[in-house]
Amino acid sequence: MSVYDKYEVVIGLEVHCQLLTDSKIFSSAPTTFGAAPNTQVCEVDLGLPGALPVLNKQAVEFAIRAGLALGCEIRPTSQFARKNYFYPDLPKGYQISQHVHPICEHGSLTVELESLSRRVRVMRIHMEEDAGKSSHLEGKPVSLVDLNRAGVPLIEIVSEPDLRSSDEAVAYLKELHSIVVYLGVCDGNMEEGSFRCDANVSVRLHGQAELGTRAELKNINSFKFIKDAINYEVRRQIDLIEAGQKIVQETRLYNPNKGVTFSMRSKEESHDYRYFPEPDLPLLVIDSAWLERVRAAMPELPAKKRARFVEAYDLGAHDAEVLCASAPVADYFEAAIEGYAKNPKVLANWVINELLREVSGDQTIDTVPVRPPQLARLVELIDTGVLSGKLAKQVFEAMVESGQEADAIVEEKGLVQVSDEGAITQIIDEIFEQNPGQVSAFREGKTTLIGWFVGQVMKQSRGKANPQIVNDLLRAKLEGQ
Amino acid sequence: MEISREQVLHIARLARLRLGEDEVAGFQKDLNSILGYVDKLRELDTTGVEPTTHAVPIDGVLREDVADQRLSPDAILGNAPQKQEGYFRVPKVVED
Repeated sequence: MSVYDKYEVVIGLEVHCQLLTDSKIFSSAPTTFGAAPNTQVCEVDLGLPGALPVLNKQAVEFAIRAGLALGCEIRPTSQFARKNYFYPDLPKGYQISQHVHPICEHGSLTVELESLSRRVRVMRIHMEEDAGKSSHLEGKPVSLVDLNRAGVPLIEIVSEPDLRSSDEAVAYLKELHSIVVYLGVCDGNMEEGSFRCDANVSVRLHGQAELGTRAELKNINSFKFIKDAINYEVRRQIDLIEAGQKIVQETRLYNPNKGVTFSMRSKEESHDYRYFPEPDLPLLVIDSAWLERVRAAMPELPAKKRARFVEAYDLGAHDAEVLCASAPVADYFEAAIEGYAKNPKVLANWVINELLREVSGDQTIDTVPVRPPQLARLVELIDTGVLSGKLAKQVFEAMVESGQEADAIVEEKGLVQVSDEGAITQIIDEIFEQNPGQVSAFREGKTTLIGWFVGQVMKQSRGKANPQIVNDLLRAKLEGQ
Repeated sequence: MEISREQVLHIARLARLRLGEDEVAGFQKDLNSILGYVDKLRELDTTGVEPTTHAVPIDGVLREDVADQRLSPDAILGNAPQKQEGYFRVPKVVED
């Protein structure tokens, strides 16, 4: 047993999601990403004297949606608070957040891994404003501040320390990511920082009740980095404990190039935020009518959709998971089912193995030239024996190229599968004539040659012969005499 | 509750204030007198009373999500002591 196995890993995650509103959380300035610096800013975002915040109703609705999706209680009355600290990208000197009474509390998210299912409690979801962005100039004593992001609405989803491995943490994040994107509350773009994660990581001996001292890993922007950062941090902490040293409670950053976490130098009082109720904003009151309106408009969530796909279309769990990972892919699949409902399994295979391969870079599932009815027709042509699987792939490639219908391509390229026994028999006879050695070898017991014969026939027919008929005829002729 | 000299210095540091020696003593006295007043209020029994966060009881003040307000870049950077290529330029903030 390795020394690392003596310890249990304990992880809690804090996820920040930028909400997909047009305007900021407390002002009417736009939230456009990637604009020229300091152009999406108004008096409120700048923290100018006398400018007052007014809460964005849409941001509240998005937060409620996220709360309902995670089974949270939505507080009828919640409160904003000031979190005080100095940083150049925070013009007011405080961030408006929620502290004692967040909008959503006491939810959970169940994460399915191969070998276990883990219910992770969601402690709270609170609303807050994003800060601006500072960039540090290499080798110069200055930083440049862009306040476009200041005031972009965020929800922070805080889990209890219920996760027990980096794999569980990643599974939780992926499910959460999928949910907020399904809900339409966040675009989920991790590179642009729309979905960011902080991980609180500690270790303790198995069976120990109290938690170990934790380190907070900040702002990790990919699923892979989160896994790597947690794994590194766990080993670092165990190594320290085994060496008789103490873990220091601190914030650490992850360097993906070196694969290590390192301490973020910060002064001890930096965590003294002196929260107090935000006097510039009234209490946020959500009455039951509003809550019910939001509830009624909730979309089907990934877990439910997966279960339905398995049930209704007889798909395997893995296929259902791949299709439901993104709502547009699931919608595409169901639109194709509408076109041809007789073989969902094969249709699912085509979406997963062929179509999704075409979806990368600028090409999305909504812009790929092969539309759902067209893919449905292709699968129908396979099912009815017009096309073999191999021919269908050629047709599919041509469809991606040209955006044409499957039937048009089949006709144009003469790709119809040959199922005529007379024509296939003729090819077989020719092959037998040219390869008497293989024929007698087969008959003397080397039956594995059947594959070679099938290959020859397919080659002769340029892939068009119906493989099932080829197989049947070959066996009859080789074994019959 | 008594505010110590160390607490005054701590609060000053958090507020980025540099206090002279006489000011520290002065603030310690002032803060203690304010907290003494709060202590007086604590003599009242507030069992079952909701904490007041706002003097004016209003709620339901929300905006529609319309992005129709922003300042011109000149106005935005107008009060900046230093600027560069559309950015606010500040002394380097080191985090790494």
